[in-house]
Amino acid sequence: MGRYVARRLLLTIPVLIGASFLIFAMVYALPGDPIRALAGDRPLPAAVQAALRAEYNLDDPLLVQYGKYVLGLVQGDFGTDFSGRPVLQTISERLPVTATLTGVAIVFEIIIGIAAGVLAGLRRGSFFDNLVLVTTTLLVSIPVLVLGFVSQYVFGVRLGVVPVAGISEGLYSYLLPGLILAAISLAYVARLTRTSLADSLRADYVRTARAKGLDRRTVVVRHTLRNSLIPVVTFIGADIGSLLGGAIITESVFNIPGLGRAVFESVQRQEGAVVVGVITLLVFFFIFFNLVVDVLYAVLDPRIRYE
Amino acid sequence: MTSPVHGSAGSHAAGTRTDDATATSSPRTGAPVLEVEDLRVEFRSRGPVVNAVNGVSYAIAPGETMAILGESGCGKSVSAQAIMGILDVPPAHITGAIRFEGRDMLQMGAEDQRKIRGPGVSMIFQDALSALNPVYSVGDQIGEMFRAHRGTSKKEAKDRAVELMDRVRIPAARQRVDDYPHQFSGGMRQRVMIAMALALDPKVLIADEPTTALDVTVQAQVMDLLKDLQRDTGMGLILITHDLGVVNEVADRVAVMYAGKVVETGTIDDVFTRPAHPYTRGLMSSIPVLDGKGQRLNPIVGAPPSLARIPPGCSFHPRCPMARRGDGGRPDCTSDVPPLREVAAGRRAACHYSEELLHG
Ligand SMILES: Nc1ncnc2c1ncn2[C@@H]1O[C@H](COP(=O)(O)OP(=O)(O)O)[C@@H](O)[C@H]1O
Ligand SMILES: [Mg+2]
Repeated sequence: MGRYVARRLLLTIPVLIGASFLIFAMVYALPGDPIRALAGDRPLPAAVQAALRAEYNLDDPLLVQYGKYVLGLVQGDFGTDFSGRPVLQTISERLPVTATLTGVAIVFEIIIGIAAGVLAGLRRGSFFDNLVLVTTTLLVSIPVLVLGFVSQYVFGVRLGVVPVAGISEGLYSYLLPGLILAAISLAYVARLTRTSLADSLRADYVRTARAKGLDRRTVVVRHTLRNSLIPVVTFIGADIGSLLGGAIITESVFNIPGLGRAVFESVQRQEGAVVVGVITLLVFFFIFFNLVVDVLYAVLDPRIRYE
Repeated sequence: MTSPVHGSAGSHAAGTRTDDATATSSPRTGAPVLEVEDLRVEFRSRGPVVNAVNGVSYAIAPGETMAILGESGCGKSVSAQAIMGILDVPPAHITGAIRFEGRDMLQMGAEDQRKIRGPGVSMIFQDALSALNPVYSVGDQIGEMFRAHRGTSKKEAKDRAVELMDRVRIPAARQRVDDYPHQFSGGMRQRVMIAMALALDPKVLIADEPTTALDVTVQAQVMDLLKDLQRDTGMGLILITHDLGVVNEVADRVAVMYAGKVVETGTIDDVFTRPAHPYTRGLMSSIPVLDGKGQRLNPIVGAPPSLARIPPGCSFHPRCPMARRGDGGRPDCTSDVPPLREVAAGRRAACHYSEELLHG
């Protein structure tokens, strides 16, 4: 197992290089001139523009630009944005915000998703089961943007139970954005849990557990839930990556100053250093959580072995 | 520590001897420990009602082995699962009586019934790989019997599991107790199931096709083991199978099932040498075929009926070479249901014309 993990970690290096280059190339290919856009209506003197170009290597060919960027990276220099702020500083300021938002979303996903799935799976065909089916269908079919704006209006503006936007009220301000960010994943978790639990309940080993004279609680919790949650845990782990991606939209809707919004804004300004730095970081998290999932999978299911 | 089931067992068993004169038990073994009377199981879910078991009665005495024989789909497993109390109710609907040591399990509360499973009646299944939980070690699953029923500590339960694994002749039990089911061979897995089922010294063991999924050589070893264990413990053994060879070797008595009913019971010798039901005769004369799973029955033209559409009269009549319409006041196989009746000393059959079969 240790060697397997080491090999997987080594493999992340080429993946990160590839990913960062792709993103770099995409920013490079964006139409328009970032420096001219930066200046807005009043054009900067040509000399200033040229100086800026030189500082950000904007006149070099793609490969040279990328090479200079990577050279900086290995020395721990993530570059600076056009206002001279180090990208690393932006990341370290905004990462905790996005981490909190994603964390809140994962907690919602786990608690609500699994609870709804388990209750529905245990009482299939019941009113609650149908309620879960309808609700989850709605959740996955309504675009997040719509869900976000509507809930923001209803709960924030009309009812006033949560802050409309921003993070000024601490953890409380993350509740609604976290829930919206979790919405689709939560629906999938509920569905997956329900199906998986129903499958497990029909399994031969559950019949055996009953034949052993175990009480219902032991049969359900020990011999059904654990087995049926294996695919759910796997899904949630792999889903952390897509939550990080979803944060880009949620943070924009709710005006949350996290990494997602940093990316959003930097793409508009064509600030390559920020976009590449942040997204490469997200890619790293994605790979990392996938590795965690694979390890967890082997822990939960003894039939899985990595050599 | 004795369970409440054990505590009350003696007095009830004493009552049984006098109460139930109809219980057929082999003379050498005494009062029955488990009696099934007019057991019926219907499945009422979507679609037509499935009459999986239609009035099954038998009794099993300590130390006795009774084989339940019949083609697949005739309700053998369902009747066993009804006895174990592991069918979902609903969709299953169970009537009749299942008396364990004189107490009807269908009349007692779920909790009392549960406490009988394990120390009273125990069951092993055909496919040990799917019947064992893949995510717990075999030692854990065997030891769970002690932990759940006797409150034994984890460590002691594991020691007991090792003892049991030794007893069912699993080599290097101490080293293998923490292994998982998928790490064992088919035969060894079935031994794990047996160890688990025997953990609390049950009075009755129901083995539902315990060797069907195994290689022929392994089948014999597992059957030998079961037989030895039964001799040591004096438990009653209900052996569900469609392997005539197994029945012949290990069983004292046999109950032949067809379409959810027992159509014939008697000692092995009687039933094998002189069947009293045309279906049994068909089974006996059928040519065993090798289909990769060992000897299988290849009986009688046609297939058993769907249990959702059982023919009227004798349910075997569409396939029966002796079936006849009534004339001159004689019973009509197509409309008159033949009762399971005594056709000779110690044997019963459910055929209007058993005597013709028996006496030529
Ligand atoms: N839960 C269930 N719902 C409906 N029908 C069932 C159910 N379980 C078993 N049956 C039906 O009961 C019949 C008898 O099955 P079974 O007892 O397994 O036969 P066998 O004699 O081969 O062991 C089969 O036709 C099967 O389809
Ligand atoms: Mg069966």
